[in-house]
Amino acid sequence: MSVQTPNGFELDNSGRRVVVDPVTRIEGHMRCEVNLDENNVIRNAVSTGTMWRGLEAILRGRDPRDAWAFTQRICGVCTGTHALTSVRAVEDALGIPIPENANSIRNIMQLTLQAQDHLVHFYHLHALDWVDVVAALKADPKATSALAQSISDWPLSSPGYFRDVQNRIKRFVESGQLGPFMNGYWGNPAYKLPPEANLLAVTHYLEALDFQKEIVKIHTIYGGKNPHPNWLVGGVPCAINVHGTGAVGAVNMERLNLVSSIIDRTIEFIDKVYIPDLLAIASFYKDWNYGGGLSAQAVLSYGDIPERANDDSAENQLLPRGAIINGNLAEVHEVDLRDPEQIQEYVLHSWFSYPDESKGLHPWDGITEPNFVLGPNTKGTKTRIEAIDESAKYSWIKAPRWRGHAMEVGPLARWVIGYAKGIPEFKEPVEKVLTDLQLPVSALFSTLGRTAARGLEGSWAAHKLRYFQDKLMANIKAGDINTANVDKWEPKTWPSETRGVGTTEAPRGALGHWVVIKEGKIDNYQAVVPTTWNGSPRDPSGNIGAFEAALLNTPLAKADEPLEILRTLHSFDPCLACSTHVMSPEGEELTRVRVR
Amino acid sequence: MSQETHKVLLLGIGNILWADEGFGVRVVETIATRYRLGPEVRLLDGGTQGLYLVDQVRWADVLVVFDAVDYGLHPGTLKLVEGEEVPRFMGVKKMSLHQTGFQEVLALADLLGDAPRHLLLVGVQPVELEDFGGGLRPEVQDQIEPAIEAARGYLDRFAVQWTRTEGALERHLDIPHQSLSIAHYLPT
Repeated sequence: MSVQTPNGFELDNSGRRVVVDPVTRIEGHMRCEVNLDENNVIRNAVSTGTMWRGLEAILRGRDPRDAWAFTQRICGVCTGTHALTSVRAVEDALGIPIPENANSIRNIMQLTLQAQDHLVHFYHLHALDWVDVVAALKADPKATSALAQSISDWPLSSPGYFRDVQNRIKRFVESGQLGPFMNGYWGNPAYKLPPEANLLAVTHYLEALDFQKEIVKIHTIYGGKNPHPNWLVGGVPCAINVHGTGAVGAVNMERLNLVSSIIDRTIEFIDKVYIPDLLAIASFYKDWNYGGGLSAQAVLSYGDIPERANDDSAENQLLPRGAIINGNLAEVHEVDLRDPEQIQEYVLHSWFSYPDESKGLHPWDGITEPNFVLGPNTKGTKTRIEAIDESAKYSWIKAPRWRGHAMEVGPLARWVIGYAKGIPEFKEPVEKVLTDLQLPVSALFSTLGRTAARGLEGSWAAHKLRYFQDKLMANIKAGDINTANVDKWEPKTWPSETRGVGTTEAPRGALGHWVVIKEGKIDNYQAVVPTTWNGSPRDPSGNIGAFEAALLNTPLAKADEPLEILRTLHSFDPCLACSTHVMSPEGEELTRVRVR
Repeated sequence: MSQETHKVLLLGIGNILWADEGFGVRVVETIATRYRLGPEVRLLDGGTQGLYLVDQVRWADVLVVFDAVDYGLHPGTLKLVEGEEVPRFMGVKKMSLHQTGFQEVLALADLLGDAPRHLLLVGVQPVELEDFGGGLRPEVQDQIEPAIEAARGYLDRFAVQWTRTEGALERHLDIPHQSLSIAHYLPT
C-alpha cells in the first residue's frame, strides 16, 4: 500500500521486507527494516532504536554536580560531549557564569572531539562502505604513489611505502583474521574505486588510526585523563600554573606548548590526508546521489563553540544556530530551547506512554514511562521480532520535532545552515568542493554530501582549535589564570526549585539536556540526543525521520548485500549499533549485517 | 623472563551503568584503591571506548582484560582464557557493543604491528545485564577478589610487584570519577 507522508515522502510497504535485531534494551542497538520493490529499490524504511531512556531514572535524586559523570557513561563514542552538555544545563539552572578561560578550554575539548571523531568516523567507520580492502591488494604501488602525489604533498607517498603497507594487509588478510574487515562485501559492484585509490585509502586508514591517539592527548591535558576526562560545574577542573613545573594536576607551559604542537599536526593531517582522500573518493561516486534524507528540507542546529563565555545569543555561536524548514534556505529560523512550543517529543510510535499521545511534550515536562507493546501486524514474538508493525509502536526512541517538523541534525545540517546564512567560513569551502568536483548545489543533499560536510567540519574544527588555544594563551599572558567559579558550589546557595537547559553540537548533531532541580537534587533529567532526531520513528501526523527518509528510493546493487543501506546509515555517524537483516518475502532471512 | 621489564596493562571494559556489565571496570577500580603497582603497570577503566583503546593496547607487552563475557556458563562463574583464544571468546556472543569492538581493537593492534605478546582474559558470566542504573549482582560482585587473585597469579611470571596501600587511592591513568565509585554509585 502506498501512502504519502506530510513531509513529502511516498512509502510503499508492499514489496519484500528487510528486518531487525532482537529488540532488547541493551545499550545502543538499532534495527532497520526496509521494503524493496521488484527492482531492489527501497520503497519503505522503518528505523527502530533502543536508547538509554533509563537515564532519567538513574539521575533522579542525584547531586546535579555529578550528573556529567553519569551522562558521560551512557555512550562509548561521545563521552565528553554529554558531560559538557550536562554541566551547561546545571549551570543554566543555577545561574553560574564561567570564567573566560573555562569557555576557551571547553571549546578546545569539544573541537578536539569534533576533529578526532570526524577523522575516525571517516576512515574507520565509514570509508569501507566506499573502499574495497580486497581490491587494494591488486593495486600497483607505483601508480598509487603517483595518485597520492597528485592530490597532496603529504610526505608518506613513495612506491616502497605503499608496497610495504600492501604486504602488511595481504599477510593480515591471508592469516584469516579479517578483524575490522570481516563484515565487508568485497567485490560488490557498488564499489567504484580503482585499485590504487583503494590502497591509498586503506593506507591512510592505518595512518589515521595511529594519528588519532595524538589528538586526544589534548583531552588528557585539560581533562586530567582520557578516556572519560573530568568536567566541573562552574568551569574546568584544571588549574593553570605557567610558572609551575610539577604542581599536581596544574597545566604548565610545557603542557600548553604540547597542546599547541598537537593542534598544528592535527591541522596538517586533516588538510593533507583526510580532505584530499575525501575528494578523491567522492570523485568516483558523483553519480551515487542518494540518501539526502531531510537535509534539503528540514535541518536543525542548536549552535555551539561560543566565542565569549556566558553569552547564549545566536551571534556568539561559531557553529551556527538555526532551523530551516520546507526547503526554504532563504529563511533561517531562530531556535529557542526553552520555548514549550518548539521542541516537543512524541511517543505515539515509541515504546513509552503519555497521558495523551496525540500531543508532544517539551523535555522539561518530559515523561519516560516504558510501554513495550507490538502492533497487530507484527511477525514473530516480543523477544524475537521478525518484522515490525510500524503502524503501531515500534521504537525505543521518542520522536522529537521542531514546531511539528521532523528535522535532520549533524554536520550536514550545520553546514547547510552556515551556507544558508551566508557565513563565509561555511559557504566558501562548500562552494570550493562543489566547484572542484563540478557538482551542483543539490549534490550537497545526499549521503556523500553528509560525508563531505563532516570532512569540512573536521578541518574547520582543527583550525578553530588553533584560534582558541591562541586566545587562551593570550588571556593567560594578560594575567588571567582563572578557570573555575565556585561561588555557587554549595547547595545552600541554590534556589529550592529551578530548571535549566544545556546544549552542544556533538559530532553527530544537536544534543540537549534539560534538568529540573528541587531541594538540591535532580528531579527530572531528559536528554534529546542527535540520533533521537535522525533515527526517530514516525509522529502522530505521519512525518518520517531522517534515517527513514534517507533510505527511500535507494537501489541496492545486490539485495542480499545491503551495502548501500550501510553507506547511508553510516553517513549519519549513528550513535548506536545497528543491525539489519535482509529477509525474503516468505520471511526467510537472507542476510544479517552488523552496522558499526 | 622475570629479568625483563614488561609493560603491563590491566584493562577493565564494560558499562558501569548496566549492572553486571560493569564487572571489568569495578575490578580495575578495586585494584586501584588497594594496591600500588610498578611504574610499568597501567590500570585503565576502558569503559565502552572500543577503537579508542587501540593505543593503550599497543603500548602493552602484557594485557590483562577484565570483562563480563557470555561463556554460556552458570551465572557468576569466573573463567580465564589465555593467548590466541582471547579474541575468539570476546566475539562469539556479543552482549554489548564494546565486545565486538574489543575484538577489533586486538586485530587493529596486530595490523599495526603492536599486538601484546601476552594476553589474559578474566571474564565473569553475568547474572543480569538489563538493569539500566543497577550495580553488580552479589554473585558477580563476589568474583572481584578471585579475579584479582587470578590476575596476580598470571602476572607473577612477569615479576609484577603488588604493594598494599591502606585507604589512599593511587592516582592511576583512569578509574571512574568518585561519584561513580563503587561506594557512591549504589544505592540511589
